[in-house]
Amino acid sequence: MSSGHHHEDDHHHDHHHGSLTHSHLPSDPVLRVKAIETLLTQKGLVDPAALDALIDAYQNRIGPQIGAKIIALAWSDPDFRAELLRDATKVIGDMGFTGLQGEHIVAVENTDDVHNVVVCTLCSCYPWSILGIPPVWYKSEAYRSRVVIDPRGVLSEFGVDIVPEKQVRVWDSTAEIRYLVIPQRPHGAQDLSVEQLAALVTRDSMVGTGLPKTLGEAT
Amino acid sequence: MNLPDPDAPFAEPWHAQIFALTHKLAQAGHYTWSEWAERFAAQRAASAREGSPDLDSTYYDDWLRTFEQLLVDKGLADKASLDTLKASWTEAYLETPHGKPVHLKSHHS
Repeated sequence: MSSGHHHEDDHHHDHHHGSLTHSHLPSDPVLRVKAIETLLTQKGLVDPAALDALIDAYQNRIGPQIGAKIIALAWSDPDFRAELLRDATKVIGDMGFTGLQGEHIVAVENTDDVHNVVVCTLCSCYPWSILGIPPVWYKSEAYRSRVVIDPRGVLSEFGVDIVPEKQVRVWDSTAEIRYLVIPQRPHGAQDLSVEQLAALVTRDSMVGTGLPKTLGEAT
Repeated sequence: MNLPDPDAPFAEPWHAQIFALTHKLAQAGHYTWSEWAERFAAQRAASAREGSPDLDSTYYDDWLRTFEQLLVDKGLADKASLDTLKASWTEAYLETPHGKPVHLKSHHS
């Protein structure tokens, strides 16, 4: 119970029963969202079942495992990789993962010479359809403002140290264009199956703030 | 217990609700996603300038504020109706015994 609970009876007369068992009042934003949803539903502008379906998809089915499958295919099939680099929107769309708002996806590959990292400096644009909802740090002011100024420093805080000879490219996402990093395939992984490769791909490695697991780390 | 799961896509159910509402109305063509993103970015920048804490909850508070204003500007909702419905939901929660589903009373307009 909250410490500010009052016991003196200052309730209105119409609130005459159930005072000991009534539910806790939700927070202000919860009530505001309930008001919005009720009004838009009453006006026929949204369908509650469609809202639930979208939420269920993002809570249970859409997430980094989709991106990991795409990366694993790119690691194992040079033609797929070439097509992904040429037109990721089409390749990913053909696999059935279209964006919520028709946004484009651009794949950028890490090489021995270049490390790519993705940000949305303005808000939180992210390849939702293949990575799900962005992590809290991706949405933070600290990451958004600092990764463009000091990418190597920020990457180092993520535990990713980029050698000075390697170039770091920072890609700023927009409402129209989202980026997917193709990390470098771990050493010794050339004979693994697509499923085994996918297990090495981490969410952060597809944003550029992490590296794939090594063969030893895979469980 | 209802401990937060750091890997959960949404920390609070209302974050998921507002995410879905914003996407569904854009998909229906009431505004473009670019228009939404531009407004949201402006709200985020304003909050940062005002020194609001750099937290996930602040992010969604900004999202909600932006969305409410967008609904009003687009004529999809009006402040008076939203306020009335919020009051109705507040009343419904206060009058519903704990553990029972909360419903709005039917209103005759």
